[in-house]
Amino acid sequence: MRIGLILGVVAVYMCLVGLVETFKARWIISDVIGLGQLLLIMAGIVAGYLAARQAAGAGGVMAVAQGAVAGVIVGASLAALLVVGHLVDLRVMFVNASPALYSLLAFGRDTAAGSRLLLIAGAAAGGIGGLLFLIPTGVRRNLIWGFTAALILSLFQDLLQLLLQTPGLPLTVRRFLFATNGPSLAGAATVCVLTWVLVALRSWRGAAVRGRIAALPPAGRRGLRLMGLALGLAGLLLLPTAGGSFVSLVMVTTGLYTLMGLGLNLEVGFAGLLDLGFVAFFAIGAYTVGLLTSHSQLGLVHWSFWTAVPVAVLVSVIAGILFGIPVLRVRGDYLAIATLGLGEITRLLVLSDALSPWLGGSFGILLIPKPVLFGLELSAPGQLYYVTLVFSALAAYVAWRLQDSRLGRAWMAIREDEDVAQAIGIDLVGTKLLAYGLGAGFAGIGGAIFAVLLGSIFPHSFQLLISINVLVLIILGGMGSLWGVVVGAVTLVGLPELLREFGEYRFLVYGVVLVAMMLYRPEGLVPAAARKRELHEETTMGDEPVDSAPAAIAGVAAGGEERAVGEG
Amino acid sequence: MPRGLTRLTYVDLFLWAFRIGIVALVVVGSVATLVAGRYTGQQWLDFVEFGLAQGGIYALIALGYTMVYGVLNMINFAHGEVFMSGAFTAYFVAAPLGASGFLGRHLLAGLLLVLFVSVATSTTVAVLVERIAYRPLRRAPRLVPLITAIGASFFLQYTFRGLYGAGIHSYPDIAALSGTWRIGGIPILRTQAIVLLASVVMMFVLYTIVMRTKIGKAMRAVAEDRDTAALMGVNVDQVIVFTFALGGAMAGAAGILYALVFKQVHFFMGFVPGIKAFTAAVLGGIGNVPGAMLGGLFLGIVESVGPALFLDGLGIRAPYQLRDVVAFTMLLIMLIFRPSGILGERLATKKA
Amino acid sequence: MKRSKMLATLALCAAIGLGVYLASPVPAATMAPTDPIGVITIGPGQPITIAWWLVVSGADGTLGTDSRRGIEIAIDDKHGMLLGHPIKLVGEDSGCNPEGGTTAATKVAANTDVVVAIGSSCSSEAVPGAPILWKAGIATVSPSNTAPKLTDPNRGPDYDGYLRTAHNDLIQGKVGATFVRTQLKNVKTAATIHDGSPYAQGLAAAFADNFTKQGGKIVAQEAVGRDDTDMHPVLTRIASTKPDLIYFPIFVAAGGFITRQAKEISGLANVTLMGADGLLTPDFLKAAGDSAIGMYQSSPDLTPDAMGADYSKVFIPKYKAKYGELPIAGFHAHAYDAANVVFLAITKVAKSDGGTLYIGRKALRDALFATKGYHGLTGIITCNQYGDCADPHIAVYQIVSSDPASWDVGKNPKKIYPVGKKM
Repeated sequence: MRIGLILGVVAVYMCLVGLVETFKARWIISDVIGLGQLLLIMAGIVAGYLAARQAAGAGGVMAVAQGAVAGVIVGASLAALLVVGHLVDLRVMFVNASPALYSLLAFGRDTAAGSRLLLIAGAAAGGIGGLLFLIPTGVRRNLIWGFTAALILSLFQDLLQLLLQTPGLPLTVRRFLFATNGPSLAGAATVCVLTWVLVALRSWRGAAVRGRIAALPPAGRRGLRLMGLALGLAGLLLLPTAGGSFVSLVMVTTGLYTLMGLGLNLEVGFAGLLDLGFVAFFAIGAYTVGLLTSHSQLGLVHWSFWTAVPVAVLVSVIAGILFGIPVLRVRGDYLAIATLGLGEITRLLVLSDALSPWLGGSFGILLIPKPVLFGLELSAPGQLYYVTLVFSALAAYVAWRLQDSRLGRAWMAIREDEDVAQAIGIDLVGTKLLAYGLGAGFAGIGGAIFAVLLGSIFPHSFQLLISINVLVLIILGGMGSLWGVVVGAVTLVGLPELLREFGEYRFLVYGVVLVAMMLYRPEGLVPAAARKRELHEETTMGDEPVDSAPAAIAGVAAGGEERAVGEG
Repeated sequence: MPRGLTRLTYVDLFLWAFRIGIVALVVVGSVATLVAGRYTGQQWLDFVEFGLAQGGIYALIALGYTMVYGVLNMINFAHGEVFMSGAFTAYFVAAPLGASGFLGRHLLAGLLLVLFVSVATSTTVAVLVERIAYRPLRRAPRLVPLITAIGASFFLQYTFRGLYGAGIHSYPDIAALSGTWRIGGIPILRTQAIVLLASVVMMFVLYTIVMRTKIGKAMRAVAEDRDTAALMGVNVDQVIVFTFALGGAMAGAAGILYALVFKQVHFFMGFVPGIKAFTAAVLGGIGNVPGAMLGGLFLGIVESVGPALFLDGLGIRAPYQLRDVVAFTMLLIMLIFRPSGILGERLATKKA
Repeated sequence: MKRSKMLATLALCAAIGLGVYLASPVPAATMAPTDPIGVITIGPGQPITIAWWLVVSGADGTLGTDSRRGIEIAIDDKHGMLLGHPIKLVGEDSGCNPEGGTTAATKVAANTDVVVAIGSSCSSEAVPGAPILWKAGIATVSPSNTAPKLTDPNRGPDYDGYLRTAHNDLIQGKVGATFVRTQLKNVKTAATIHDGSPYAQGLAAAFADNFTKQGGKIVAQEAVGRDDTDMHPVLTRIASTKPDLIYFPIFVAAGGFITRQAKEISGLANVTLMGADGLLTPDFLKAAGDSAIGMYQSSPDLTPDAMGADYSKVFIPKYKAKYGELPIAGFHAHAYDAANVVFLAITKVAKSDGGTLYIGRKALRDALFATKGYHGLTGIITCNQYGDCADPHIAVYQIVSSDPASWDVGKNPKKIYPVGKKM
């Protein structure tokens, strides 16, 4: 019952927030079903599934029945919205409670008939959810994969259509998969079934194949791995060309965030220094390059990009050290707000009227020329992408070597416990400053590329949101792990960029994803192994609410142990 | 400080130079402004008054931050959104009340109703966030709840954007509250006087709750050591929920006060006050209730008076564009030289 | 191992080099007729693709949506056909910030079918975006960019493909200053406030320059942040300079706060307030309430007598019929004119061969810049060599009532300058 109510509330919420209305025209299957309707149906199915799971012990039919009941409750909630909306003008408060929404909910009929239909639809969806629960796990998983693939086909249709537009690929593929407004029924069905088959194959034969690979001699395995690496590399190198300038732009942006992520990873992931003002170094790198290369009156000299980059890095490193000195003795969460303050100070100073004769104020610095390499002007995002790639690879290499070096270990010691680290002889000051400096240097490179990417820099580009994004990115990707940074950048930057047309709801989904990730997989997507152990050890040990003495004693015992493992 | 004495000395030198530099700038600027005689005494008083009113609002929001931090050791980034949710929702009650003239005729009843709606909404939101997003993460390392809080903040912002729209709404004008009163010959804006008064009263109430009541004692116990408190028979979950609820209520009240002074509500209105309030909490000593109050008022005054006082004298154009710079610089100085804040934090020696 | 490492590195470099080369923009294949930049070929029955890049979501979404509607009405007026080919309208949301402008422009430029673009909405989008489009050979006509920098003689060759039918803010600042100096006799001193956006800063500067040139005195030039709420201190600071007028060409949020709080500052009780087209929206009345009454605003003149019967009797009813409401922002007519200017230029340069249409990109750009004497809704459109095409009619309005329901540009806010003559 409760499940039904909760999901009913969720469904009503989705309507009122506008998700349903806005996305009803986002066709999952052209002219048949849109994303908006799908969301509501999903609410019903999920309700049914969860209810059935709860009632699992009572046997198959009961489970499905429970599922159906939960689904009905979801439908009833929506019907309630419909009825209330009919009686009272909700639009004064909830801007999305519009007649269009109501007609969508009521399947185009009047309130009474619509409500009945909603109840029936809810029951059906709930029943399906219940049935889903009853299907064996393996089959269900494959089925879900299939539907997810069809969904991805629809969500990324613009990108996919663009990719399919490259000359050389037959037009028929594109025409088969996509109808005018979205994926065609045949296209979606084909993708769904194909994926289902592939995933099923993987789970049946996967173990056998894995065993065969494990049985290969080391040389063979290495050969396979190299092949995989080569394929990945090829994809990385050729995707911008294949995808066109928009995809290249997205990849450059991802690359820049990766660079910044690697830098912040040094500070937060390795050394445990929470820095929320990271965008300041990015800005400093960009402004340095701008001031040194711009053709406008603000340009101090007219150097080339390649001469300006080392200077930008140097200036960023110095800035990092300078910003780090005042906060050397600040710890923990205070550090967060202090660095946030530093970041904001930087942004406000570059925006200010006071410094505008030198920094351009709100007009920024314009007329920044593109870098020229061996006579070839690198103006397309695709070309700058390779520059970014090279720098990212360099940065990743540096970070990788640092990780296992003496400095890296010193950082990790500081992260775990500063006082102990000091006691064993680590120079806190120098080590911390190095973390800030190096991290800032990476960000400076990113800023330098950013400046030539847009050809102009505006202070409005350096907001707190970017610092937050970079922090979230490394945590989502897996803190302390280099691949994690890349994965995080792709997930957090690349995907939303591609999903740009979802407009404002991007941030809504962003928030939900963040919370969900932290609740279920706090170590990130590609974590460093030690981290994963730490986090899951803690959550399994200390999960129960500590509200009674016996549990408390167990909690204390566990708590003591966790703190030693390293709460940071 | 035993080791690395040479290095530390350089750093110390730098820090001292920094402090002396800032103080010098402040003094020179202030002297120049006062000598130039640009502002009348009345105007200086005005600056202080505006700062106090703004500071009162910061203080109320900061109270929520500081209590949650004290009890749970986490920064509740979503607190600014709790503030917004109360003020924004209460708008939909205030607008019809204002339009129908009810607010004009029964001012107190109307205001109380609006206040009630705001506080109820904020408290609900705060408690819900705690239940869904924070409770499962009680024992996670510091960064995880921080990220969750950021996620919750985004979620709340855009939820309310979706629900109520992206436009700006204004609370109705209340005739009885516009204009000034003369207190001791000094004209003070009515709304600001009320805000200040209400803030102080609420802070006092909160202080009493925390210091004198049983649940307050429980809160302080949980803040000191959660597990020992549990051993002593304190229902930790309940206390935490109560803390969030209390913080949420304060934020809801702050929302109404904000609405009285500034009138405009908007889905993004909570973000910046949230950060400022957090700054205020740190300034005053995080975990410390009187500290949050003091920090808030102090921050408000510095933001209001600072640019006029010393930036002006230093010849900086458009000094009020840099008011946040002033605020954050002051925070930095405070953190460098008194990391535990103005009133200190009882647990200052405990590592974070 | 060393050798294979070297080989691998060599291969990598080769791959990167190849990629860089491949990624360089390639000029479109030319056939007869030729064009220095490229030729678009439109086969029989194929559509002529026109792209918009405007801000259609977010707080400023009304601006772009309104402009897009103007374009759509222009297409309707042509019955969706041009030179026997259907007109296809595609577009991207540009977000009213530089990154959004870059992304939107890149996406539009990636689409090789696009003949010409209309946009952007906000000047901050155009600064990085217009060069991206022009690099791909796509000229763009903006209906609402007003920053002077975009048509400045020193703007550089990257902007050779950029034009606009909106007024240049230099003119709006001048009209505002002239209004104050000639009509408000008791205003001798003024203060300006901007909000850190290039638009506001440019406009405030233009006003200040002209005000000083016409004998007034600027006593303070202040700035606030866009998200600032407490304006009392900055207003107190301004009060210490004793201005007669405060000019704040900013947007609704901050503008609302300033308007409300100005009256509460001792010393500013009698000051005159003036804003610009950022505040010309009923949202401002909601935000500022009664304190907005009596305030002045400058903005494009959208009153029926200035715009003529074509606008008020033909365009507005069409708009209302198609979208169910009166225009939601101020640049729909400019967008309509931009679209028509574009159609005209295409008609002029397109070469037909059987059913196929050939449009040279440079020729199209030149034709756009050569637009002369076109009678549009907003006036007589004539483009100068830097892309300013507008025939700007800037009017000054005064707010009469704070009730948003009574919003009717021309009556509330009431147009008070210039009276009786077209500028």
